[in-house]
Amino acid sequence: MSTAIVNPDFATALQTYKPVLGFEVHVELSTKSKMFCGCPTDFGAAPNTHVCPTCVGLPGSLPVVNQAAVEATIKIGLALNCEIAAWCRFARKNYFYPDMPKDYQISQYDEPLCSNGYLDVDVVDESGEHHTVRVEIERVHMEEDTGKLLHTGGDTGRIQGADYSLVDYNRAGVPLIEIVTKTIEGTGELAPEVGKAYVTQLRELVRSLGVSDVRMEQGSLRCDANVSLMRQDATEWGTRTETKNVNSLRSVERAIRSEIIRQASVLDAGGTITQETRHFQETTGDTTSGREKSDAEDYRYFPEPDLIPIAADPEWVEQLRAGLPEAPGLRVARLQQEWELTDFEMASIVNSDALDLVVATVEAGADHTSARKWWLGELTRIANNDSVALDSLAITPAQVARVAALVDEGALNDKLARKVIEGVLAGEGEPDEVVASRGLAVVSDDGPLIAAIDDAIAANPDVVAKITGGKPAAAGVIVGSVMKATRGQADAGRVRELLFAKLGVTE
Amino acid sequence: MNASADSMHLTSRTATELAAAIAAGDVSARQVTDAHLARIDAVDEGIHAFLHVDYDGARAQADAVDAKRAAGDTLGPLAGVPVALKDVFTQQGIPTTAGSRILEGWRPPYDSTVVTRLRNADCVILGKTNMDEFAMGSSTEHSGYGPTRNPWDTDRIPGGSGGGSAAAVAAFEAPLAIGTDTGGSIRQPASVTGTVGVKPTYGGVSRYGLIALASSLDQAGPCARTVLDAAHLHAALAGHDPKDSTSLDVAVPDVVSAARRADVRGMKVGLVKQLSGEGYQAGVSQRFDEAIEILRELGAEPVEVSCPNFEYALAAYYLILPSEASSNLARFDGMRFGIRVGDDGDANVEEVMSRTRAAGFGDEVKRRIMLGTYALSSGYYDAYYGQAQKVRTLIARDFDAAFNEVDVLVSPTAPTTAFKLGEKLDDPLAMYLNDVATIPVNLAGNAAMSLPIGLAPEDGLPVGLQIMAPSMADDRLYNVGAALETALTDRWGHLLIEEAPAL
Amino acid sequence: MTSPTSLTPDEVAHLAGLARMSLTDSELARYAGQLDQILHAVDRVGEVAADDVPPMSHPQPLVNVWRKDEVTPGLTAEQVLAGAPAAEDERFRVPRILDGE
Repeated sequence: MSTAIVNPDFATALQTYKPVLGFEVHVELSTKSKMFCGCPTDFGAAPNTHVCPTCVGLPGSLPVVNQAAVEATIKIGLALNCEIAAWCRFARKNYFYPDMPKDYQISQYDEPLCSNGYLDVDVVDESGEHHTVRVEIERVHMEEDTGKLLHTGGDTGRIQGADYSLVDYNRAGVPLIEIVTKTIEGTGELAPEVGKAYVTQLRELVRSLGVSDVRMEQGSLRCDANVSLMRQDATEWGTRTETKNVNSLRSVERAIRSEIIRQASVLDAGGTITQETRHFQETTGDTTSGREKSDAEDYRYFPEPDLIPIAADPEWVEQLRAGLPEAPGLRVARLQQEWELTDFEMASIVNSDALDLVVATVEAGADHTSARKWWLGELTRIANNDSVALDSLAITPAQVARVAALVDEGALNDKLARKVIEGVLAGEGEPDEVVASRGLAVVSDDGPLIAAIDDAIAANPDVVAKITGGKPAAAGVIVGSVMKATRGQADAGRVRELLFAKLGVTE
Repeated sequence: MNASADSMHLTSRTATELAAAIAAGDVSARQVTDAHLARIDAVDEGIHAFLHVDYDGARAQADAVDAKRAAGDTLGPLAGVPVALKDVFTQQGIPTTAGSRILEGWRPPYDSTVVTRLRNADCVILGKTNMDEFAMGSSTEHSGYGPTRNPWDTDRIPGGSGGGSAAAVAAFEAPLAIGTDTGGSIRQPASVTGTVGVKPTYGGVSRYGLIALASSLDQAGPCARTVLDAAHLHAALAGHDPKDSTSLDVAVPDVVSAARRADVRGMKVGLVKQLSGEGYQAGVSQRFDEAIEILRELGAEPVEVSCPNFEYALAAYYLILPSEASSNLARFDGMRFGIRVGDDGDANVEEVMSRTRAAGFGDEVKRRIMLGTYALSSGYYDAYYGQAQKVRTLIARDFDAAFNEVDVLVSPTAPTTAFKLGEKLDDPLAMYLNDVATIPVNLAGNAAMSLPIGLAPEDGLPVGLQIMAPSMADDRLYNVGAALETALTDRWGHLLIEEAPAL
Repeated sequence: MTSPTSLTPDEVAHLAGLARMSLTDSELARYAGQLDQILHAVDRVGEVAADDVPPMSHPQPLVNVWRKDEVTPGLTAEQVLAGAPAAEDERFRVPRILDGE
C-alpha cells in the first residue's frame, strides 16, 4: 500500500525548484549506405536482407567509414557553430546486447568530431512574447545504430514477459549522429517550451542540411531528455533522470513537464531522486522507471583499432561551411518580411511543418497566399485525418502550384480544386489529367450557361422582378440555381455577368 | 619410379620448383595436390597440423589450374602450388574455427581477402591448420581440438599460435602455409620447426576475414621452407585492400627480387643488446653468434644497438593484446553464429551468453578476456592500457633511432628451442616469455622474419634468427635472409629441414 | 607479498560477469591467483615516465581512410541465418532478454 501523494502542480513546483535540462538527440543520417559497410539504409526491407558480414558482426569482418556520414556530421557541427576536431578517433563502447552484433558499438568517446557549439532557440511564452535561449552544444559525434528486436510470447509484445525475441539487423550499422547539449539552466517555467523549441529548431536545422529525414515517428530523430531540479537557493545540481521514448515534439514538452512535477513531488515528500533511465508513456503523459543496468555502465571505451583517425582537412571544412544553406531562423525571418506576414501567420506555417512545402510551391509559380491556403487548409486537414506527415502526402509542391494556377485562371473554383487534389492524392495523375478524366473543368462555354440562365429566369419570375426592380442582391438565387443545374462546374462570376447582361441591369 | 617415391619427390620440392614444373607441364597441378593430400593422409595423424582437409575443393582448384594451362593461359608464379591455411581465416563454406570450440561447425558465408588473393594466384588451398585458440598461445596446446606436434620431435611443441601451419610445412604436408603473427605466432613456430616465417609490415596484408585477436597487432604472412618461397607467397598476399581501413595504400616492396639478390655487402646489421644474454639457451646464443659471423664474412657490418624500451615490450603487449581481444571476442556470444549452450527456454539471454562463453572458450582465452576486461575498466585504463600505449610509442621510437644507424636489426627469434608438450601449460607467465624477442615488432608495426640457422648442440633442435626491418622495407628481410640461407645451405649441403627425422 | 593490484575472487567474478562468462568457484579462485601474478608483471609499464609521450593506438600513421557512399552487394537472409544457432521468421532467435515478472 502506498500513501497517496498530492502532486504539486507545475507552477507550485517552479516556485520551489529550478529545473536543469540536457538533451541527447540521435539523428539517423539518410546516406545511401550504412556507416561502416555498403549495405543499403532504406526502411521497409524484408528482415535481414540489408546485411553483410560487417553489419552482422561475423568473425573476421571489418568496418570502413562512409565518407558521406563524416561530411554530414561536419555539416551538422558547423550549422551548430561547433569547432571541428583537427584529429579524432572512433572508440568502442563495450556492452553485451543481442541487438548489437559485435557486442560493442563503434562510437566516439573523448574525441568527438564536433564540439563546443550552440543553437539560439526562439521560445514564445504564454503572452506571445519571444525569448531567445542559447542552448550550448557540448558535442556532435558519429556512431552506428542497432538492430531491431521483436519480442515474442507473453501477451503484450513487449520486452517484459516475452518468451524470446527475434532480431533483424537491417538497421544495424545505419549512421547515427548524437548531438549532446551542455546543461541548460535558467529556463524556469519555460523549461518544457524550451525543450520543445530546441528539438523543433534542431530538427529544422538538420532538415535544412538535407542529411536526414528527421522523422520522430519513424525513429530517425530520437530525443532523450535529462531533467533535474535544484532548490531555488541551491548552488549544486540535483540528481538527473534521463527520459527516453519521447517520440514527438509535443511529447518533449509533456515529458519535461511531467518529470518536473514528479521530481518535485518526490523531493517535497523528503525523498531523493534516483539517477535512472525513465520512459515516457504517450498515453498517460507520465514517465515510468526503466530497467536498472546491472553492468553499472562500465563501457570500457578504448580507441577503435580497426578504424583510422579522422583529420578533417581545414579546406574541406571551409568548403562545407561555405555551402551551408541559410540558417532556418534567419530564413523564417526573411520570408516573413518578404511575404509581409504577421508573427502568427508565420508561426502557423512553421508549426505545421509546411515552410519547405510553401516555399517550394511558391518557387513552382504560386503566390504565397494560395500556397499557404492549400497547405495549411485542405492538405493539413487530410494529413491530420490520415495521421501522416504533411510532406509525405502524395502531392508535390509543383502539383499544388498548378492547382492554384488553375483556380487563378478561373478554370477551377475552390470546390473543384479540392476534388482535383483528391484525385492527385488518389494517384490519378497530374492536376490537368484529373481535371480531364473527372470532367471537373469550370463550364466556361457560355452556351450551356445561357440555356441554364434562361431556364432559371423562366422558373423564377418573382426574383427577376426584384432584380430588375433595383435589388441586384437577389441575383444569388438565380446564380445558385444555375450552379446547381451545372453541378457546380459553372464559374459563378460569369453566370452573374451573363444574367445581368440578359436582364439589361448594371450591378 | 613407384607412386609413393614419386609423391615424396613432389612433396619435398620447393614451391618455386613446383610452380615451374607445373608451368612447364612436367607435372600437373592435380598430381602435386594429390601428392600432398597423400602425404597428409600418411603423416598428419601423428602431427595433427590440420583441423580440416578440403580434399574435393583442393582437387577442383588443381584441376582448374590444369585446365587453364591447357587453354594456354599464362600462369602466375604460384599457380597450382598447394597452400595450408591457418584456421583463423574465413573461407566460404569451409569449416572455420580459429581453434575454438565456440565456432565448431561454423561455415562462413564469405571469403577473407587472403583467400581471395590465393585464389587469384591460382594457389590450391589444402585445408585449415591447427592453432592456439583465437591465436592465444606459443605452443598450439591451447587449441580446442588438441595440440599439434613438432615434426622434429613429436613430444615437443611446434610453437604457436600458428603451430599447425609451421608443422605442415616442416612435415612436407604443404610447401607453403599462411600464418598470422600478433606477437610472434608466425616467427616463433618457424624458429622451433626449422622453417621460414615472415610477419610483414602492419597494413601490408589485408586483415579482412582474419578472425581478430588484437586488431592493432595482427598481421598475416607466409610460412615456407625457403626464403624465396616465402617471398613468392608474400607477393601474392600483399597489397592494398579497401575492405581493411588499416591496409596500406602504397606499392608493395619487391620481396621476390630481394630474395634473388641475396647481397648484404655494405649493410649495417644491428644486434639488439636487449634481446640476448640472460634467458637465452646456450645453443641458441651459439648458433646466433655463428650466423652473425657469417653475415660479417658476406660483407655486412654487425654493430650492437640498444633499444632500452624493449624491456617493457612484454608488459605493454600483455595489456594491449588482452584489452583488444576482450572486445574482439565479445561477439562470440552464441546469438548469431557458432554454438549456443544452455538455451533451455528458461534462461535469459545474459545467462545463455555466459554459459555459451564459459563452455566454448578455453582456459587461456578466458584468462586473457578477464585480463583485458580489467585493464580497460574505468579506474584502471590510464594506469594500464593508456600507459601501455605510451610504451608502444617509446618502442617505435627505439626502432626509429636504431634504423637511423643500421639497415636491419637481428636477434634470436625465440629464447629457447622447442620445449616439451605440457611443460609450460600451467605457468602462463613462463609461456608468455617465449614472445619476448618477437613482440617489439608487433607493437611498432614494422616487419620481421625468422629463418633457420642450425640446430642447438645440446638438444639437436632448430634455432631461428630474427631479422627486423623498418615499416614497408620488408624487402630487406628477404635480401638478408636469402644471403644467410644461401651461405648456410652451401655449408650444410642442403636445407636444414632435410635433417628432420623421417615421419 | 601482496602486489598493489591484488585481485580477490569476488573481483574476478565481477570481471567474468562483465565479460559474460559463468565461471565455477574453483575457476574464479585459480584465475584470481594467475591474474594477480600477470598483473604484477605487467605493472612494469608504470615504471616508464612517459607523461609527455603520446599514446599509440594505431601502428601506422594513417588518417582519413574511408569509402564512397555507395551500396555494395551483401548477404542474403538465408546466407546470414544459415550459421545461426536459432532462427525464426527470417530473424535470429535469441532467448528472452528480461526474466519473467
